Amino acid sequence: MKIKNIFTYCFISSLFLFSLICIWKILVTLQGIELTNFNFNKLFTFGIVLCVMNLFIGKKFNLNIKLIILALLFSIFDYFISINLPIWYSFGIFLISLFFFNTIKNYDKNFLSKNHSSQKLFFNFLTLFGITLFSFVILFPFYMMLVTSFKTQALLLLNPLDFSINFAQGLPELFKSYFVVFKDYNFGRYMLTSTIVSLGTVIITLIFAIPAAYAVARLNFFGKNFLSTSILIIYLFPAIVLVIPLYTIFSQFGLRNSIEGLLIVYTATTLPVAIYMLQGYFKSIPKELEEAGIIDGQNWLGIIFKIILPLSLPAISSVALYVFMIAWNEFLFSLMFLDRPNTFTLSRAIQFLNVGAETPRQYLMAGSVVVTLPILIIFVYFEKYLVSGLTAGSVKG
Amino acid sequence: MSSKLAKIEKRTAYLLILPSVLLVFSIILFPIFSNIWISFKNVELKDLRIPEPRAKKLVKSIKDNPNQIKIIYKLRNSSLTQEITNVKFKDKYPDNIEPISLNNKCQFKSNLLKCELGNWPKKYRENLEIVFQNTNNQEISKKELKSYKPKLSGKSQNILLTYEFTLNNFKKVIKDKSFIDLLSTTFYYTFFGTIGAIVFGILAAQMVNQKFFGRTFMRSVLLFPYVAPVVALAYTWELLLDPTSGTLNNLLINYQIIDGPINLLGQKYVTLNILGFDFKLRLALTTVIIFEIWRYFPLAFLFILARLQAVPKELYEAADVDGANPIQKFLNITLPQILAVISILFMIRFIWNFNKFEDIFLLTGGASGTRTLPINVYQQGFSIGDIGMGSAVSIVIVVFLLIFMFIYFKLLGKRADEN
Repeated sequence: MKIKNIFTYCFISSLFLFSLICIWKILVTLQGIELTNFNFNKLFTFGIVLCVMNLFIGKKFNLNIKLIILALLFSIFDYFISINLPIWYSFGIFLISLFFFNTIKNYDKNFLSKNHSSQKLFFNFLTLFGITLFSFVILFPFYMMLVTSFKTQALLLLNPLDFSINFAQGLPELFKSYFVVFKDYNFGRYMLTSTIVSLGTVIITLIFAIPAAYAVARLNFFGKNFLSTSILIIYLFPAIVLVIPLYTIFSQFGLRNSIEGLLIVYTATTLPVAIYMLQGYFKSIPKELEEAGIIDGQNWLGIIFKIILPLSLPAISSVALYVFMIAWNEFLFSLMFLDRPNTFTLSRAIQFLNVGAETPRQYLMAGSVVVTLPILIIFVYFEKYLVSGLTAGSVKG
Repeated sequence: MSSKLAKIEKRTAYLLILPSVLLVFSIILFPIFSNIWISFKNVELKDLRIPEPRAKKLVKSIKDNPNQIKIIYKLRNSSLTQEITNVKFKDKYPDNIEPISLNNKCQFKSNLLKCELGNWPKKYRENLEIVFQNTNNQEISKKELKSYKPKLSGKSQNILLTYEFTLNNFKKVIKDKSFIDLLSTTFYYTFFGTIGAIVFGILAAQMVNQKFFGRTFMRSVLLFPYVAPVVALAYTWELLLDPTSGTLNNLLINYQIIDGPINLLGQKYVTLNILGFDFKLRLALTTVIIFEIWRYFPLAFLFILARLQAVPKELYEAADVDGANPIQKFLNITLPQILAVISILFMIRFIWNFNKFEDIFLLTGGASGTRTLPINVYQQGFSIGDIGMGSAVSIVIVVFLLIFMFIYFKLLGKRADEN
């Protein structure tokens, strides 16, 4: 057993424990509880002591009992150095230290004398640390979006760190921002517009893309190679270079402030990727099936509808979900083309809320939740399809 | 026989692709080309409104004479800048009335009044008054009179369709003192955003590639920032980073990490003292880049994870037998395997970050040193209202884009040759 290994082990483990505690403390602070010190020195030193204890006890007696005792010791220590904190805070500390000692319970003197053990240790902790940190960093803004929508401006000014949800005030009071957003700010209408635009884009894109993708995948014609490479190139052109000409053209034809105009642009911009994704899938369908169809006397339309479509349902759902996501989240074109509130999409409406008058932040966040929640629910529910759509289409974004 | 079949096949193919090609051509390719046209013109936002001859119809009864009625048309040129030539006027009336007197510009024929009103200069206004009398002693219905709307037509020069060109826009773009700063900001943002997203993507993919409890859930969570709408995320970040009421500053002050609030999105520079040297860090730009990394590393993660899962397990087992340590395993096995994906990812993300508009626009609006080329397109075209300038900046973007694409397809072709 090398001294260096023990040193690395103690240092990294205690640091990891401390960072877990930090995240917990931040979350507790945001419940409006006064907590102004991470107590780095004390907690870190005591963490090292406990890690050394864990190492020397090793596997001498039941591992579960060992980890419970260590976790208890740590929480009691933390309880004494921090003053006047609610019992659920200490309970959280206990659970976290339980989780921590559970991950290091198997380390003993033998493990540390193996080859590369300090590097292995380092990477194990890096993984654990990474997972916790990544989840925290990613979920934190979403969490803040949600809890802010349940507060009021006055309460937030009083204590900007108090995001505790007061269930005692009753549901109508709690969801007040949502009522306001739907009633006073017309979000119901915007949501309807967004849904119509997104679903419309999906349907029109599929109607255009399926035949085109079939032709590119299966039929021989002059200019086919040129077409399939130009699909990719066109796809790489960004919306920002289209905005000015489209704005001028749409202004002159009176297509601005209309859902039709938005539908045309969304369809055209998602069409290349839809064709690209679908033709790849169509190529993988065995040709014999279509030949059988031809023998049965089907024409091209019949082949597409009766053979290709049913077989490529997974690919089509991927494309549909991906296109839906793009249309739902789209912002630039809706900013450019819509300036009358009666044609706003959700994204545009939220931007309007923010820019316009001094909108209280809880309404802004309630609006953000309204636009985010549907797409996240769809994502989690259809994850398999959307992930394959994202992977295929993610050259853009 | 077979050539006939091939012909049918060809015709069907063209029929199937035609709608898509037409749509993409008119909405994507045509605008890109018309950008070139507009960028050589002196067009402003207010010129885009086509000048229209307009008329407001007022119906007035004449005192003591129920058999007569007066109609006043308030005519005007809607444009403040352009002339309308050859204005024609048309209106329809009920059967039972006819005009008493008409000036020589107008003609009345079977309930239709047609007038040739000549040329209207900009801001032109005129009142056209005509008195009508009834022909059959029935009362004249005002309601019916008002239900007909006058139709006007006229020719005006569309500034977009003239053949006057100017190089002024490009001269202005290049001579602009801030142009170099604009380019460097764009490249700084693009480069660090891309690199950061890929580095964090590799880290995340490495983590999720191991087995642990809640792995599938973790994979979904990692994709959240990419899937959620940018508007919601940008405003949430803005609230979190707000100098006075933002959560981040309040937390840092609460834990005594900083003394006073830092305006992360509104401060251009911050001076850092590292090892006795003063560094000037572009604060707002860095914050925007961090947002960018936060939002787009999921994509790199997704790509790299897919590649990692295809790496044969035997390679790692062999390395274990050889006694390789984790760092060696990463450098000698994992990295070479994912290098191809990383290079493609780098090129694609580079192109996309170069054109990113929404993220910066929503977070800072291009203020405090975060103005990139795409932001400049918007500011020139719509904040200042100089459409021609905006187009010229778009052309600069397209030129860079074509260079990047050329490199990208060159590399891609080279890789395809190697395989």
